[in-house]
Amino acid sequence: MEGSTIIFYLLAILTLGSGLLAVTSRQIFRSAIYLLFSLIGIAGLYFWMEYEFIAAVQIVVYVGGIVVLIIFSIFLTQQAGEKLAQQKLGRQLFAALASFCGMALILLQLYQYEFTASSETATEPTVMNIGTQMLGTDEGGYALPFEVVSILLLAALVGCIVIALRTKTKTN
Amino acid sequence: MLMSVELILNSVNLNFIAFNKYLWPHKMDGLFFTIFIIAIAAAEAAVAIAIIINLYRSHQSIDVENAEEMKY
Repeated sequence: MEGSTIIFYLLAILTLGSGLLAVTSRQIFRSAIYLLFSLIGIAGLYFWMEYEFIAAVQIVVYVGGIVVLIIFSIFLTQQAGEKLAQQKLGRQLFAALASFCGMALILLQLYQYEFTASSETATEPTVMNIGTQMLGTDEGGYALPFEVVSILLLAALVGCIVIALRTKTKTN
Repeated sequence: MLMSVELILNSVNLNFIAFNKYLWPHKMDGLFFTIFIIAIAAAEAAVAIAIIINLYRSHQSIDVENAEEMKY
């Protein structure tokens, strides 16, 4: 095996294993930490595929933002060391069945479809290429979705402030 | 639940990037989808955590089973 294949399998094992632990762990803080490792593993996979920009975005947004937010909210709302209640067996069975059916469907589709890789020369995913296409208004440009996403982020920002404000006036 | 949603969105992102790299390397559409999914996931996580903290303030618990006033 080559070195890069070994690195890929190591990263995949890290991602999948810590993802599994994050879902099955009974202590919510531990599962947040496992989620952190899983996200780092996914960022490593992006680096492995030489999509450095996405990897950087992944680390900044997920590892630096969302996981910290989740850990903060766990600290604010949960007593430390408290174990989550065990789910009912029926629920566990049904969740396992549903995820197994989804996986079987996707694997069936993947193996039936014959993939043909395009032979055209690759565009390098550099920051310059990404920027030109993201703000381009001609064919293949992503200017409109970009603006829609910025509106969505603004709406989420305002919504969070409104949700946080309402209880303050109530408690006062 | 929120963490599971993050995991699912991340796996979708990984699929987008991998298929983009190995099947259509001359285009960057999968990459843009990934960027937009990350942005939407960030917005979703922020709003969901605001709601959860609000729920904790009013119910002293974040268990969804306890917030059942409007259920019936």
